[in-house]
Amino acid sequence: MIAQDDVFLAPDVEWYHLSPIIALVSGALLLLVVGALTPRWPRGLYAYVAALTAAVAGALALLQWNDVTDNGVSTLVGGALAFDTFAQMITITICAATFLVALVTDDELRRAGKDGPEVYALFLIAATGGVVMGSANDLILLFLGLETLSLALYVLAASDRERPTSRESGIKYFVLGGFASAFFLYGIALVYGGTQSTNIGEIITSFQTSVLLDGKDTLVLAGIALLIVGLGFKVAAVPFHVWTPDVYQGAPTNVTAFMASVGKAAAFAAILRVLVIALPFHRDDWRPAIWVLAVLSLVVGSVLAVVQTDVKRMLAYSSISHAGFILVGVEAAGHDAGERVLGDGMPSVLTYLLLYSVLTVGSFAVVALVARSNGGDTSLDAFKGLAARRPTLALALTIFLLAQAGVPLTSGFIAKWGVIQAAVAEQSYAIAIIAMVAAVIAAYLYLRIMVSTWLEAGDDSTVREAVPMSTGLAITAAAAFTILIGVWPGWLLDAAQSVTTYAR
Amino acid sequence: MLEVIWLIPAFPLAGFLLILLFGRRLGDPKAGYLAATMVLASFVVAVGAFFDLRTMPAEERQHVEVLFSWVPVSSLHIDMAFLADPLSLTMCLFVTGVGFLIHLYAVGYMHGDPKFSKFFLYMNLFVTSMVVLVLGENLLVTFLGWEGVGTCSYFLISFWHTRDSAATAGKKAFITNRVGDWGVMLAMFWSFQAIGSVSYSALNGAAESGALARSTATAIAMLLFVGAVGKSAQLPLYLWLPDAMEGPTPVSALIHAATMVTAGVFLMTRVSPVLEASAVWAPQVIAWIGALTALFAASIAVAQNDIKKVLAYSTVSQLGYMFLAIGSGAYVAAIFHMVTHAFFKALLFLGAGSVIHGMHHEQDMRRMGQIRRYMPITAGTFIVGWLAIAGVPPFAGFWSKDEILLFVLADNIALYVIGIVTALLTAYYMTRQVIMVFFGEAKWESHAEEHGAHGEFKPHESPPIMLIPLVVLAGLAIVGGLIQLPSFGWVPSGAQHQLENWTEPVIEFAEADIAGTWADGHKLILIGIAVASGLIGIALAWLVYQRKRFRPVEPQLLEEGWKYDQTVSAFMGGPGRKAFEAVAWFDSAVVDGAVHGVARLVRGSAGEIRKAQTGNVRNYAGIVGVGVVLLLAWFVIFRGVM
Repeated sequence: MIAQDDVFLAPDVEWYHLSPIIALVSGALLLLVVGALTPRWPRGLYAYVAALTAAVAGALALLQWNDVTDNGVSTLVGGALAFDTFAQMITITICAATFLVALVTDDELRRAGKDGPEVYALFLIAATGGVVMGSANDLILLFLGLETLSLALYVLAASDRERPTSRESGIKYFVLGGFASAFFLYGIALVYGGTQSTNIGEIITSFQTSVLLDGKDTLVLAGIALLIVGLGFKVAAVPFHVWTPDVYQGAPTNVTAFMASVGKAAAFAAILRVLVIALPFHRDDWRPAIWVLAVLSLVVGSVLAVVQTDVKRMLAYSSISHAGFILVGVEAAGHDAGERVLGDGMPSVLTYLLLYSVLTVGSFAVVALVARSNGGDTSLDAFKGLAARRPTLALALTIFLLAQAGVPLTSGFIAKWGVIQAAVAEQSYAIAIIAMVAAVIAAYLYLRIMVSTWLEAGDDSTVREAVPMSTGLAITAAAAFTILIGVWPGWLLDAAQSVTTYAR
Repeated sequence: MLEVIWLIPAFPLAGFLLILLFGRRLGDPKAGYLAATMVLASFVVAVGAFFDLRTMPAEERQHVEVLFSWVPVSSLHIDMAFLADPLSLTMCLFVTGVGFLIHLYAVGYMHGDPKFSKFFLYMNLFVTSMVVLVLGENLLVTFLGWEGVGTCSYFLISFWHTRDSAATAGKKAFITNRVGDWGVMLAMFWSFQAIGSVSYSALNGAAESGALARSTATAIAMLLFVGAVGKSAQLPLYLWLPDAMEGPTPVSALIHAATMVTAGVFLMTRVSPVLEASAVWAPQVIAWIGALTALFAASIAVAQNDIKKVLAYSTVSQLGYMFLAIGSGAYVAAIFHMVTHAFFKALLFLGAGSVIHGMHHEQDMRRMGQIRRYMPITAGTFIVGWLAIAGVPPFAGFWSKDEILLFVLADNIALYVIGIVTALLTAYYMTRQVIMVFFGEAKWESHAEEHGAHGEFKPHESPPIMLIPLVVLAGLAIVGGLIQLPSFGWVPSGAQHQLENWTEPVIEFAEADIAGTWADGHKLILIGIAVASGLIGIALAWLVYQRKRFRPVEPQLLEEGWKYDQTVSAFMGGPGRKAFEAVAWFDSAVVDGAVHGVARLVRGSAGEIRKAQTGNVRNYAGIVGVGVVLLLAWFVIFRGVM
């Protein structure tokens, strides 16, 4: 028996097409291996290597964009990875966020005297996992990406070892994350049981060719339910959001920024891959479930955000509400999943992910600066009088908050407009209205932070926040991007619109 | 000048940027003069564009200037484009014209304020947003301006934010307006869904050609009306406007009387074909809400003692008149009244500001009287404004109010009666105000010490820079009626219906035709009734307040605005303000009215859900588990087995 299988055909490996992933892995290895063997690198070099790696990976993905639009989509490594603009867009989003986070982390660590290669290596490893999730064309590979991302994040959450809240947040995230991963893996197993494959292309073929027998489909349906649990946990959709406020608040602020951007973008990419691309035949089954998750996330996220008094926790709840918005786009995409002509759902979600990632890193970067000069205090009181102490920092924060509230002329408006318009175009009026009401409620939360910043006088004893160069650079870039897209969104929307065919 | 129509918003925007960068260096008063000059430059461009358009034949009076493609995505294509047509230019002319005068006035009024340059920063941004709103070629550009004016209004109401009431009023305005914005956004989506575009030409074109289904047209018109009700302070969302008087008086004059609050009227006129194509009941709803608001607000104004609150309720009431006109199909009359109202209400507010200035920030009319002796020019111009709003011929208000009432009678006699009663009340409460402030007995002497005046306390006349705008506006309030004279035998035919001829291409589809109705045939009788109601109101107030023949009727109920504000608070928020203030600190950040109620509701329910966030991992896993069970139940039982 074994003798017959000795002719093992190695799959073709398209090295160039894999280059973004390779770049990220090599950067991580460089930091881990060389960093461990050499004496401490000069100031900031760890961060710059990490940022440069992310930039190179992002640039490579950007270069490959035209390759896809000219030559069409394909699969890589024996059908394990998808090579399409969807994957590129997620890769670019993740790399952009990693780039910004690396810059923000730099002086955060150096100031605490904890500079070292490990944290940056973990960022790059997590980013690799995220990119794999966004490009996976096989459920097992998707799970591998998910675990690579998650394990790195567990360690990162606990990376500020001296602070008990950081350790607590790492443990909580790990326990609950393991719980969710188990569901996800069981979901894969059930889908495999129903379709005899974990490859997305083969799963679709199996649905196209097989005649449904009784009971077999129930197996797949149960699998879908568990897949939604696993991914819903990662995107922090209600009721799988419970870990979010504690972990976001407890983790070091730069890690929170990373979780909210890279973690969320990768998980949503996986949701789109699994539900919209792999399971279009069950769209009428999973769409109502997504509808309910979206509404719950919108309402719970927005309402609970209003009663918080800690800014990091507010932003955690606001990220839940953003997840609700993105789910509105997923729901819209569900209406014509598998059709020849796809609606605006998918592009709107991808746009939202990119814009929100930049926004949220910017917001948390400001929070990190304010917290640092206050001995780690992130309560609303710490933001009082910020405008008087640091007007430009307050202005940047205001830009990010206005964008999160979805005010016109900021990227947040473009993002929210996109998903709501997609929902309206699919005639999901109810969810569009709920989303807008949630936006109104959430606007109050952002207003509260702005009022603290601009209108209330701070303590005289409060130290004036220091704005180091690399963090300042990251904040400026994020704010400029936020305004640029708000004023001139055409090119990005055009690019997102070209994400219409998928490799599988 | 039509190609450079973008200069109209560009000038104040440049002013905003310059003050943003150099405001502190320019200081008092240079920053103010810079801001005023920018608005004046806009006005000049608007005048040039007006004459350009004026020379064109009626059907060509329209120019679209596309600046750049704003949102170009496959099916969705929205341009950043401005539309110059009679309606938008009329709006631009009075926004920049009156705006310039108010800027000039504010240079004097705000003199010595520590945040002088910041004030003009917001003012210029407001003018920019307002002209973007009126010049917008599609709903999205208008919405951009719409949000902009709302934001500036919020900043300017709470300009003196160290006063608690000012900060609260600002928030109230912000949140009430969000309710209305929601309507505009939904209308926008609906329009895109129905015709694949949000541009006015496409929307109105579809309505005119009948391509827009009646139900769709009704939905869009009503949703836009929700936005208009919020922005223009109509029932039931008028609550924020009286509170908005916490802002500096030039702000009240510019934003909360002359321009921003008329945005709702403008929007309904802009989409008048859609309103015409909608169900029969839609315009009637608008007319009734307008009429009831007019009457309701006028009755409240009768018992107010704050000099600005009277004018605020009067503004709500006059805006009600404009919506009454729109609901009756009298679009020209609505625009006409909007313009004349901008003249005389800006005049009245600036006059009130001048009095407040001269009285060392006293706003209670019960502590005024005889001020005409000390402030003759303010008194003279205020009296012109009073006669104009009371509807005494030949002042501007008379002509526009008369035109509205003419169309209303042709439409519905019950609404006409409400309109006449409101006119009588208007004359009554304005006369009351004039007597309490400028005539009667001087009551301020007994309160002199409270003003911190040592020795003799006397009101003083304001500086020339504040008086010039008053005089110019008074002139406009006298002759403003000339732009739309009715067709009578003795009016030269060349001077009749100027405004109607000018705006014809915009409103001809929707304008009601009243030719041949009883009302049209008996205009002289109507004028008689209107003038009589105004004069009776004045005479009554004169007898009550000057001659003191009757005791004034100012029930507590009216002074408290029919207890509407309190009722909303009580209804939405439960056991009242005191209980709220005790709950937690951020309750006091969200005081009053509906805001209070919503916040409490949200907080109450959030507090309950929050308890689930224990920090205990076991509980969290339990919540996730419940989610898993529910999802599995849905997929396996409902979708799989059943």
